[in-house]
Order: sequence, then structure tokens, then C-alpha cells
Amino acid sequence: MLRRLHSLPGLFAALLIAALAVTGAFLAFDSIIERSGATVPATGQVTVAALAEAVQLRHPEVERIVRTASGSVIATYFEADLPGAERVDPLTGQALGPHQPSNLTRTITNLHRSFLMGDAGHVAAGLGAAAMLVLCISGAMLLMARLGGWGAILRPSRGTLSQRLHCELGRFALIGLTLSALTGCWMCLATFGVLPDGTAVDAAALVQPSGGARLPPGQLAALQAVDLSELRELTFPYGSDLADGYTLTTAQGLGHIDAATGQMLDFTPNDLARQVHETIIMLHTGRGVWPLALLLGLAALTAPVLAGAGGVIWWRRRAALPKIRQNVGAQSADTIILVGSEGNSTWGFAVTLHAALTKAGHRVHAAPMNSLAPRYAKAERLLILTATYGDGDAPASARLFQQRLERSGTVMPVAVLGFGDRSFPQFCGFAEEVAAALRAKGWPMLLDTWLVDRQSAQDFAAWGDALGNAIGTSLALAHVAARPRTTALELSGRVEYGAESQTPTAILSFVLPAAGGFWQRRTLPRFEAGDLVGILAPGADLPRFYSLASASTDGVLEICVRKQPGGVCSGFLHELQPGGRIEAFIRPNPSFRPGRGKAPVILIGAGTGIGPLAGFIRHNARHRPMHLYWGGRHPSSDFLYGPQLSQYAADGRLTRLNTAFSRVPGGGYVQDRLAADAAALRDLVQHGAQVMVCGGRDMAGGVARAFATILQPLGLDLATLKSEGRYREDIY
Amino acid sequence: MNKIVATLGLAATLAFPALAFAPAAEARSVTLTTQLRPYGGNGAYLAIYLVDAQGRFHSTLRVAGGKAKYHTHLRDWARGRATETARIDGITGASVGSGQTLRVTVDIADALIDAGYQIKVDTAVEDGRDNPGEITAPLTSAASAASGRAVSGRGYVASFKFDM
Repeated sequence: MLRRLHSLPGLFAALLIAALAVTGAFLAFDSIIERSGATVPATGQVTVAALAEAVQLRHPEVERIVRTASGSVIATYFEADLPGAERVDPLTGQALGPHQPSNLTRTITNLHRSFLMGDAGHVAAGLGAAAMLVLCISGAMLLMARLGGWGAILRPSRGTLSQRLHCELGRFALIGLTLSALTGCWMCLATFGVLPDGTAVDAAALVQPSGGARLPPGQLAALQAVDLSELRELTFPYGSDLADGYTLTTAQGLGHIDAATGQMLDFTPNDLARQVHETIIMLHTGRGVWPLALLLGLAALTAPVLAGAGGVIWWRRRAALPKIRQNVGAQSADTIILVGSEGNSTWGFAVTLHAALTKAGHRVHAAPMNSLAPRYAKAERLLILTATYGDGDAPASARLFQQRLERSGTVMPVAVLGFGDRSFPQFCGFAEEVAAALRAKGWPMLLDTWLVDRQSAQDFAAWGDALGNAIGTSLALAHVAARPRTTALELSGRVEYGAESQTPTAILSFVLPAAGGFWQRRTLPRFEAGDLVGILAPGADLPRFYSLASASTDGVLEICVRKQPGGVCSGFLHELQPGGRIEAFIRPNPSFRPGRGKAPVILIGAGTGIGPLAGFIRHNARHRPMHLYWGGRHPSSDFLYGPQLSQYAADGRLTRLNTAFSRVPGGGYVQDRLAADAAALRDLVQHGAQVMVCGGRDMAGGVARAFATILQPLGLDLATLKSEGRYREDIY
Repeated sequence: MNKIVATLGLAATLAFPALAFAPAAEARSVTLTTQLRPYGGNGAYLAIYLVDAQGRFHSTLRVAGGKAKYHTHLRDWARGRATETARIDGITGASVGSGQTLRVTVDIADALIDAGYQIKVDTAVEDGRDNPGEITAPLTSAASAASGRAVSGRGYVASFKFDM
């Protein structure tokens, strides 16, 4: 809901807001430039009388002196019946040259106010400001939800480049943009008279001027009493009409002055509406307060980038969601399907289930688990299909589910289906956790929690039969996994290790096939070290995923593969000859990347886990401190990337290389090496170090235990580090 | 009756109740033509109005520029009309752009012509100058453009004339 409230106005008003923001930024910087060119005398240094005197000596027929919000002074006058305007030195009253208002500034101002389209444009600009206000508020709430509470609002953000850009810039610009939007709405409403602006009505002086001969302005007591910093505008008596006096507008109000006696005839102070309106204008333009103008200008500059990055995020999210035919609204469906998915493969099953239920005459609504509604008006049952991420964690589309379940006020029959891989210890751990949470809240179970192993279509069909019996509908779930769109790649290099220790391992490099036709792609798909590549072995329906050791900018796709006994994909890759082809696709893994900044990075891995870590080191061009802890079997057989790592250590990309080999006398595991280095590691963590762990599940568990012990004296725990994004794992 | 006709100097095309009571014989159609200089700023606000022989405000003929909050910049007119009770909705149009010409036709009672009354024009432009009484032209048959007289102002008005 909140996300929609953010993306809808964003999409509709993106261009409008971008145009308002760019012109607004121009005006902000324009006013800063104007301010930097103006001398502003200290309060008490110059009176309006002195300035008026100096100007009138030069131009007997001066019409008006205006002091702009930026502090520059402009006098308009007639000379030989020709109108003139000049800039005046506020200190001395001397001429600084003719005043020529910039046409560019005027045009940009009009673009900003009304897109040069009169009242219709004013309305459009006002709607743009309103949309911006909605975006600011909903954006701040989304940001808070994403980072975990207002207290965490300054934490580093995670995600893809566009997500980080959107978060970080949005956070930076939030206050400025909110202020601009809010005051912009106000000014638009004031333009149309909906809100009062308290414009002073310059009626004729209440007291008639004496009509005597005029004194020079320097001798007028009422002008001597006003400091220049208070002045807005001073209008001189017109022509030779002795009945006309001075009209003085100051920050406080408007008054008339007798040109003969120098007495203030009357004074109308600004009312509250005027004061509020002037404050709003000051806050909107930043004129006269250049640091505010700078803040507003910089904030405005981010708006087009925010719009662009936001559009990319929206498009990707949309493209990632599976297309479901006849998806019924949440409040009119009788059956709700909620999906917990990390890489969208579980969605494929949900689509099959949705189609089968719809065919059987049900009205079905499918949504991510994070979209659990507080109540469903017509739902009779809830079906949850969820994968498990990592070691029993929630997948991306289900992270908020438990929290939302706590707040849910509804209860209905539910069935949970877990997806996972039986070879992992926490097989479907999250599905079981969800089922337990639902039971605890008193939801009746339609079925026991079923588990689908390795996306097995048979398991899924069997569950469909059981579900059909439970709800009295015959369901035939024939699931055919959608094949992801792949790119053909060609093996270009292979370095083999581990033959001696019976652990054949290879570093494989792939490139685009050389002899591609005109229509074939010329560049690798975009990826970074730490992302995943899914490879489909010939005849296999399910891809295997490997962590990438290179970035697409390296021009090769590099992975580290250990041959698994009986492994279809690893076997296929190990048999592959140079020039042999694979079908591969990229799955971004933005959570497993070194955070930005200069803080040290502790890289920990074992075996083929070195792959992405070596990639991070290779790309450490800025030489931030990187400490590698890596475990292998024997230095002479499986020291993956041995020569490269020595080179990285020599050229400064790698600060320290720490290895542990298990099959040498006195050797050990990488977690032993960590325990031995506890003091140094504590020091690094205290300096803000980020820990990145890549490798098998057993090693990751050992490393986590070792780190918990290391952190204890610091009063820190892994959960804290994880929540700050400073302990990241890629486990397989 | 005269008073009503004089106060509401209307464009003949505008449907206004008062017009129904204005016998054609007692009023004359006057075309006012105001050409602005190419001063290059935002649209100018204009007030065209009548003053009596003593220079006292009499009635509004035409206002260009719809936002009432800027009307205070048409200073002489705004001060003068503070005593005028008639609404100006029907005789207010859009502001006049740089270098543009405003041509309007109004009905002026015969009793005011050649009787010492004067047509005055106040002009103002945002971030520019205010020109109260930029134009003052005697409302006489002799001064009408029939005799080829156009006056120019010191501010934004390149030429002003009226035809009866």
C-alpha cells in the first residue's frame, strides 16, 4: 500500500517534478550568485534616509528604491523623460551600473511557476508540488521500514545500484524536498487566493500630507529612523505633486511619509497572514538565507536522479513479478495464495496453482507474503508457498511476513507448502517456522506442512491432490518449470586444482562465442563479483548456481567449481573442453558485496568460496584494507588463485593473506586461524570492518561460532553486525 | 441613470444588467488602443480609468491583469477606486504582453465628454516599475484619434489613443 502510494505519484508526476526541480535548482543557485555579488551593510550602518539622499542627488526624478531579498539595492528613475534603472551600492549609495533583469532568470522563474502556461500551468506546478509532498512522506516511511525503524534511518542502505542511489539521495534530500514541496503547495494555493497572503493594500494616506515644500530625503526623520536592512521598497513622491508623499514598505509593514515635514503620517503593520506568507516565500526560495538556498538547490538537483532511479526500481520490480492471468483483488477473492520467493522460481508454482484453482471456479488472489493484508473480506482459505533463504531465513518476498502476521486480525484455514533442497540441513526451515507461527495464532491447518524437494513437479502434484481433497475441489497441478532466458557462453580457460587431494576443482572462464552473427549480443550481461550465475546442464531443467569471481567489466565470466560426486552440472562443467558452450543466466546478489567507504573488509572463505572474494580483491583499485582468511587442503594441490593472491598482496590490493591448510602437519581450518587472530580481528571490527563469508554450510557455521566468540569482549553479537550489513554470507 | 452609465463604462459586447438601462443616445462607444513597448518582461498590468477636472477618480474603464493581489501596483487607480463600489469583474481581462496592443471598446456617457474629464492609464510589470498615471489624455472630441493624436508614456506605453 505504502509502496503504491510512493510509486504511483512518482510515475505520473516524474517529468513534472523533474522539470520543477531542475528549474528550482537553477533559481536557488541564481539567488546564491546574486547574494555573493551583493554587499550587505551591517545593521545600524546605513539608514534609508542616507541612501535615498545619495540616490536623489544623482537622479532628481527617482521613482523608487527597492531592496531585494538578496540584499541588492535597485533604484528606478526618469532622466530626460526616459526610464532608467541602476544597481546601487548599499553602503555608499553610489551607482554600480545599469540594472538589467536577466531574461533567462525570468523565463526559468516562469517555467518553474507555471511552465509558461498561465493558470493551467500554475495548477500543474501545484499538483507537481503536491505529488512531491506525497512522495517525500511515503518515501521516508518506506525508507524507515527498509532500514528498520527511525533510529536506523542513517544506516547504510543495501541493494542494487539504483536502489542504493534512490535511498541515499532520497535520505540526503528528504528535508530540502519536503520543505520545497510543502511551501510550493502553499504558494500555489495563495496564488489562487485559497490561502491568504496578506497583501498590503496601499490606500492613500489616511492623514492628508501638509502639502508644503519638500525637504531633501536625507532630512526626513521617518526615513532616518529606518535601517537599510529593514527596507523593502521606498516610493518617492511623484512629479511635482506636492500633495504626494513617500510610501515606505519595510519588513514590518507599510507607511506614508509627509515629504515636507518628514513625519510618518500613518503605518499599517503586516498582519499575521502577511508574516506567514513572507516566511513561506523565504523558506521556498532561500533568498536572503544562502545556506538554505544551497540546501534547497542541492536537494532539488537530486530529484531528477531520484525519479530516474525510482523508475528503474519500479520497472525491475514489475518485470520480476510473474504475470498472473485473472488475478482477483485481495478483498474479493475466496482463496489467497501468498508466495515467499528469493529468485522467483517459487512463483512459477504459484502461477500453476492459481490457474488450477481458477479453472475449478475459485476466485484467487496471489501476492508476495510481504503483502499479507490485515483482513480479507471474502477469503475462505490461505495457501502459502515459500522457499527458504540461506540457513532457515525468510526469502526476500517474505521478510515482513511474521511482523505483518502479528498485526493481522483475521483467522482462516491455511496450508503451507515449503520449497527447498533436502541436502541442506535447514531444508524448508522457514516454511516450518511460518506454519508454527500461524498455529500459534490459532489458524486451523488444512493440511500438514508439505515440502517440495528441488522443485519436484511430482511432489507438487501430490500436494495438489491432498489440497484438493481438503477443500473439496479436484486439482490437477501439472507444473512445467519455465526455462529462464539464457545466454550462450564459450569456455575460454580452465585452471585445474586438487587432483592430488581427490577434490578436483577448476577455475573456469567463459566468454561470448566469438563467431556470433550480427544479431547476437556483443557484450556480456551485466554482473559483478559476488553475483550468481545459473547454469543449465544439457537436459537439466533446474539450474545450478555458482558465485561469480569476475565482473562483466573484466570481459570474462569466471567461476570456481568443485566436482561433486554424481553432480550433473559440476560433472558437465569439468568435462567441458575449451570452446564448449554453456547456457547461463545472471541472478544479481546485491546483498553480497563489500559496502562502500574505506572501512576494512574481512574476507573469509574455504575451498571454492574463494571465487567471489578473489573478485572483490581484484577490483579493490582504491586499496581499502582487505584481509583474506582462506582455508584449503594442501598448498601444493588446491591453493586456488595462489599466484594471483601473492600479486594482489604485493600491489596493495590485498592487505594480508592468511591461509589455513587442513592436510599439512600442524594445519587446521580457517575458523582456527580466525580464533588465533582474535585480537587483530577485534581491532578491525572496532574500526568498522565488514565481514564477508563465502563457502560451504559447515565452514560458515564454524566461522559464525568463531566470530561470536571474537565479538563477545566487544559487547557485540553477530545479529547486530548482520542487521548493520557488516556480516554478510554467501553459503552453498 | 447617467451615473450608472458613466460608472460602468462597459465593452459593448459584455452582457451586464446595467447596459439594459443605458439608452444608446446618451452614451458613446469609445475604442481605446494602448500599444506597449517591447520592454521584454512578464505581461503588464494596466488600469484605464477616468478622473474629473480636479484629478479625482471617477470610474474604471478597463483593467488588464486578473490577479487582484497585484492591482495594488496600479497605485493611483487602486487608491482612487478604494471609494468605488462597483465590481470590476466584467471589465477585467488578461495582462498585456511586451510589445502587444490592447484594443477595447467602452461606452462613455455623453455628459462626460468635453466636460473636463481625463482618461488615465496606470501600468505595472512584475520586477519592473510601477507607472501611476503614465498616460493622461483629456476626454475631448478634439483629442480623439479622429484628429490623429496619439500620446506616448514614459514607461511601458508606446502609444495611447482613443476613437469616438
